[in-house]
Amino acid sequence: MMIRGKPDEDDYWNSSKFKAFTFDDEDDDFTRLKESKRAVNSIRSLVEEEDEEDDVEKVSWSGEPVGSISWSVKETESSIRSTGEVRDQSFPKIHTAPSLPKNSSGYSLSSLFKGKAKTGSFQSFSESFGDPSIRNYAPELRKPKSEYKDYVSDWTPEETVKRMQQGKVYSLEKFRSLQDKLLLLDEAVNAHDGNVITAVLIYLKKSLSKEILFRELITREIALRHYIHYLKEIGEQKLLVELFKSMDRTEDMALMQYRDHLNVRDENKKRDFLKNCLSFPFSPDDATHVQDHYTLLERQIIIEANDKQVESSGQADIFKKYPRKASILNMPIITTLYYSCFYHYGESDGTFSSPANIRKTFRISDKQFLLTCLGARAKLKAWFDVDALFTTKNWLGYTKKRSPIGFHRIVDILQKNNAPVQVLQDYVNLVEDVEQKISLAQKYKCHDVIINTYRDLKDRQQLIVYRGKVERGSSEYRKIEEILSNSQLRWKN
Amino acid sequence: MSAHLSYGRVNLNILREAARKELREFLDKCGGSKAIVWDEYLTGPFGLIAQYSLLKEHEVEKMFTLKGGRLPAADVKNIIFFVRPRLELMDIIAENVISEDKMHSPRDFHILFVPRRSMLCEQRLKEQGVLGSFINIDEYILDLIPYDGDLLSMEDMHIDTTHIPECYLESDQTSLYHTAKGLMTLQALYGTIPQIFGKGECARHVANMMLRMKREFAGSQTQILPVFDSLLLLDRNVDLLTPLATQLTYEGLIDEVYGITNGYVKLPPEKFSAQKKQGEAGKDLPTEPKKMQLNSAEELYAEIRDKNFNGVGAALSKKAKIISAAFEERHSAKTVGEIKQFVSQLPHMQAARSSLANHTSIAELIKDITTSEAFFDNLTVEQEFMTGVDTDKVNTYIEDCIAQKDPLIKILRLVCMQSVCNNGLKQKLLDYYKREILQTYGYEHMLTLNNLEKTGLLKPQTSTRNNYPTIRKTLKLWMEDANEQNPNDISYVYSGYAPLSIRLTQVLARPGWRSIEEVLKMLPGPHFEERQQLPAGLHKKRQQGENRTTLVFFLGGVTYAEIAALRFLSQMEDGGTEYIIATTKLINGTSWIKSLMDRPEAQAS
Repeated sequence: MMIRGKPDEDDYWNSSKFKAFTFDDEDDDFTRLKESKRAVNSIRSLVEEEDEEDDVEKVSWSGEPVGSISWSVKETESSIRSTGEVRDQSFPKIHTAPSLPKNSSGYSLSSLFKGKAKTGSFQSFSESFGDPSIRNYAPELRKPKSEYKDYVSDWTPEETVKRMQQGKVYSLEKFRSLQDKLLLLDEAVNAHDGNVITAVLIYLKKSLSKEILFRELITREIALRHYIHYLKEIGEQKLLVELFKSMDRTEDMALMQYRDHLNVRDENKKRDFLKNCLSFPFSPDDATHVQDHYTLLERQIIIEANDKQVESSGQADIFKKYPRKASILNMPIITTLYYSCFYHYGESDGTFSSPANIRKTFRISDKQFLLTCLGARAKLKAWFDVDALFTTKNWLGYTKKRSPIGFHRIVDILQKNNAPVQVLQDYVNLVEDVEQKISLAQKYKCHDVIINTYRDLKDRQQLIVYRGKVERGSSEYRKIEEILSNSQLRWKN
Repeated sequence: MSAHLSYGRVNLNILREAARKELREFLDKCGGSKAIVWDEYLTGPFGLIAQYSLLKEHEVEKMFTLKGGRLPAADVKNIIFFVRPRLELMDIIAENVISEDKMHSPRDFHILFVPRRSMLCEQRLKEQGVLGSFINIDEYILDLIPYDGDLLSMEDMHIDTTHIPECYLESDQTSLYHTAKGLMTLQALYGTIPQIFGKGECARHVANMMLRMKREFAGSQTQILPVFDSLLLLDRNVDLLTPLATQLTYEGLIDEVYGITNGYVKLPPEKFSAQKKQGEAGKDLPTEPKKMQLNSAEELYAEIRDKNFNGVGAALSKKAKIISAAFEERHSAKTVGEIKQFVSQLPHMQAARSSLANHTSIAELIKDITTSEAFFDNLTVEQEFMTGVDTDKVNTYIEDCIAQKDPLIKILRLVCMQSVCNNGLKQKLLDYYKREILQTYGYEHMLTLNNLEKTGLLKPQTSTRNNYPTIRKTLKLWMEDANEQNPNDISYVYSGYAPLSIRLTQVLARPGWRSIEEVLKMLPGPHFEERQQLPAGLHKKRQQGENRTTLVFFLGGVTYAEIAALRFLSQMEDGGTEYIIATTKLINGTSWIKSLMDRPEAQAS
């Protein structure tokens, strides 16, 4: 198998698998797109003679866009909006699609599953929902025995659940003992109808103490899930927390409470909220993240207040030259670090806003730190700072450039920030792999690097080829001439 | 607009007609003129069932989008709310009803819940004091919507936004219940399905519910000759890998790049405007995206949708030649009869021409993406993971993407893919990725990471044994020489990777799952086979050489590339089986991950 980024593996580029989406062959499939485009174009002139307003939809798109429901909704609404008056609006002109052959089906979905009794309301713990309207309900192809019974009290849990599913009158009140209630719940769960399960749970919530209900739910996973969903829906956060607590699902509880910080707008309140979260029983990993989140916001508030003041007072050049585009509040840590490297570079480690302090506090990896810092300093064209990022001194006092990331990537980042060739070539030179170095140098026109590399490789042929690519009489041209005429060099070709 | 539904092996128009009839019946129940107030989400799915003309025939005079405050004035007798059972929608409805000026215009209110009514919602209406204002509270059972001649989807209408969709991945009974219900409806229309196969926890549940429902309705058997020979229920979590991979079919790529909703795609208009009005420079440059319907009703689209994108160019140019030749015929038309003949064909030719023009433009748009370096790099990493290269190490491409702050969804897709292909990540590696993500995108994403861990897409390695390579080899999930132009294997849909879900389907048809017992055991959840008794006299007598028809139901979503692979199997000459596809939702990696994110809307970056 191939490994990305290793140019020595020629197989990689030639294997059919990875060529799948290169499209660089001259006769590849996609030059044919042009062909079909040409064909389309040549036909157009003819078609337009025939039909001025060739409406694509009408002819080939089976009429759907015009006359579709969403189109009609928009149409009615816009007509209302534009006139401000509704009463006398006429309908949008509707393009009626050819209607279907009527004989294709005699069925209607509800006729397949229509309940016999059309009266009575679905809801009720004996409190009827009022309207005895005509309603259709889900499957009842066979008359259940229960229909012949007259008294509510006769209904077993099974029959009750079935009636609920069918939307008939039912009563849960008669399930008084705990045992009966649980039988009812289990029956509802067996029927798998979430609507019915929820209805039973609402009844149990009303009629059982929460301790008992929680205890019973522990062994009833499906009912429990519906109950949690129900509590979430109606926003009973407090009860939900208690439930999780009693279930020993403390991590879920903690996360759920943490989630609420998203609803807090005011940054000071949010900070306090997060501080409060610190005591929750998160998993060790999450606890660290929440701690970091809190620390970050706390700092952002301090930095924001300070920088806002400095900026408006006009004291610092950096803010004058590069006015802040947005507040730093609620930004991710890496963005904050970038900001810090941009506006607070060189501050002593002691300040909250210094890059070094942020790096340490939030345990930012060397790579991330370097990339972020590089991005910020390059944006400011502070090439000296960029240089310093990579410079290390060994014990003899020699300096050397090192990087936790390949120098080819450093070059890319610098280039994206419009670094001048003089800066770029220093880093291109540091790329170890010769082929990669040359290809980068060619991409970014670092002539010196290319020329020197060919010279060092004693590759006269390549040098001659390259001479043909540079401008005649330019300094790089002269440099190549000079090298080629140097009789001291022993060329390999 | 629905003719294409009846071209397939199974006439899905019957299902659509049943749904339309149901709708008419409800509308007629509310006598007199009416206005419909729409939950906007529903207009898309309803568009696949009916057009405005149908509603109009039943006295629907006005249609509005559901909004808070006062309802627009409309001189109608009935106001009908078409809504999903959501609490927040109930509050809006209540507001509408309360602020209605009763003195001025006494109007009747009705609610139609789609796809099911809900206890909770009715209770909320009651709390708001408006439940009594409704004359009709009804439900419109919309479980399976026909999307194409061989495709049905539930479009996840049963799922709640507030609910972490652990549903299909773990098991949410409600959505499974509706799936079972939908399958019962299908059986009522198309006959009992004699054989049920399945793999996964949810599949098991659905099969159990179906069998139970059948017992309950025993005696009211439909006397219909079975259309389907078998049903295969597949859990998405049996194959978490496939949706994470970038689809490489034409339709799959359109979905990956632009997103297909309810059979429509919205495209940047530039390419299309230039085409229509050339020469009239600068006149009315459209700013609205171009909306296009994509289905098999369009001949050319049906031809190219399932091709690997690398084969689309050739198909389009071939088509171009045919059309050009057809137009050229006008020169050879000499007699009046010939000219008449030519003219009579013009509309059809024009349709073909504009269809070709559109797809050439779309292909160009897509090609700009697929030829980009970013696309290539991303695909390379995906293919490395799928072939098992360095899945246990920090991937520098992912690292780079994080450093560049590429969209979070892209990162999550790749990290999850690495995790799935490595049967979980070493704790240290997982922690590393998590830290990088949280530091770069914000700590609040720990909620999303948590969701992904719950679903198993992201997980720490628990055993040292990674069985993905065994699965890959046994099921031949990676084919070295996938032929994209003239495919001979389903692996063409991902240019090398054969979707696991479809391999399971393929093996089931021939030679049967018994041959892969070992692998089935490595995949999560039970596998099973059930038989359903057919009423006497309804046993199908198969003709020699007649294909079997299998309904494959994906619980938790299916991608267009998987659909393409199934269509490929259907069309194989000696395949022996034709497939109809049903799913809870049409998905791609992006929409899937998004559905698992905490507050995806707040994280557009």
